[in-house]
Amino acid sequence: MSIKDHIKKVKEISSGIKRPVKLMEVCGTHTVSAFRSGLRSILPENLLLLSGPGCPVCVTPNDYLDMAIAIAKQPDTRVATFGDMIRVPGTESSLEYARAQGADIQVVYSPLEALKYAQSNPGRKVVFLGVGFETTTPAIAWTIKNAFEKSTANYYVLSAHKIVPPAMAALLQGEIKVDGFICPGHVSVIIGARPYDFISRDYHIPCVVTGFEPSDMVVGIEMLLQQIADERAEVEIQYSRSVKREGNPEAQAIIREVFEECDTEWRGIGVIPQSGLAIREKFAAHDAALLYPALELPAPAENPGCICGEILKGIKLPYDCKLFNTVCSPSSPVGACMVSGEGTCAAYFKYAKRS
Amino acid sequence: MCLAVPAKIIELDGDNATVEIEGVRRSSNVALIDDAKIGDYVLLHAGFAIQKWSEEDVKEFYELMSEMDK
Ligand code: SF4
Repeated sequence: MSIKDHIKKVKEISSGIKRPVKLMEVCGTHTVSAFRSGLRSILPENLLLLSGPGCPVCVTPNDYLDMAIAIAKQPDTRVATFGDMIRVPGTESSLEYARAQGADIQVVYSPLEALKYAQSNPGRKVVFLGVGFETTTPAIAWTIKNAFEKSTANYYVLSAHKIVPPAMAALLQGEIKVDGFICPGHVSVIIGARPYDFISRDYHIPCVVTGFEPSDMVVGIEMLLQQIADERAEVEIQYSRSVKREGNPEAQAIIREVFEECDTEWRGIGVIPQSGLAIREKFAAHDAALLYPALELPAPAENPGCICGEILKGIKLPYDCKLFNTVCSPSSPVGACMVSGEGTCAAYFKYAKRS
Repeated sequence: MCLAVPAKIIELDGDNATVEIEGVRRSSNVALIDDAKIGDYVLLHAGFAIQKWSEEDVKEFYELMSEMDK
């Protein structure tokens, strides 16, 4: 079937459903892909795509950033981070601002660069900001294990790693009503499809693990609609070229070896039990959270006008925020959702700004 | 942030690999996948190969891409 046939099929099934259907893109990369490809504009009117909590930068709370900034100001210390974090506003400052003030903050593409720097500069402490979902966690786990085995004593990770399925369940327990989940493709490369089983079983919500090409998304949406029309709730895989039901066992093993589950806070959503990953005691010597126990941090405060939290929960849209496109824009972001390329506010600003 | 791209392994030295993405070479780590070989297509994320693609997967991907161009 060509993509045109699939689009036709989507229209056909949704006209048979005869009520509004809300599908949540759990992952920010889906949100961006749906906008960029123009997919949103050709979807039937009763089909609504909601963006969810799936942008790791957006759900990282202020106090984490405050801590990262405070660490970066310590002597003989370098903070290394993925680029998306650098402009996120913390309570009083951002990493970018701290860097302009002289802090040693380096943007890296891979934690391997940070590890290498630590190995060649044993006199400096290197703290990598471990932010990300299951896609990213194994890479960082590998660097921690490698530092442990090779006695790279000056390599540390400040972990804010999060696990996606518990957050999906937490949303379903709140006010939001979704009819189906477009499950994240690359998170599922690691965890497989099984961790979503409880969502279709206990909440009776269809889940389809979907790829990121626009044609993947059309087929994923079609599979979800078909389940809704048939009144089924199962976990299906559209993105089978990358995702196996059992996921990537090597990657899962290294996550388990280095990290253990903990309760953690999601910005705007609150604490979700067992949805975070903390570094195990065996690797405590590389845990940046233990390295500077007495840092002075500002009391975390968010801009009261920013409704990122409700947007991450799929309850509100960026248009509902008074600051959207007035005070808040990608060049002067107020909330994290406007900073990250995959943030919902940034995606709406770029592709669907109403004038 | 969770973006991963397909890359081809062209050199291999233990866990360290040189991969090619659309003609650009990059070094990467293959410790997270089972039995990496030269010529394999892998999905690359944050400097690590996180999954192997089969021949059919690669074909399917390029078919998808060419269909999108139509
Ligand atoms: S537009 Fe800006 S201030 Fe409003 S919710 Fe989005 S990030 Fe927050």
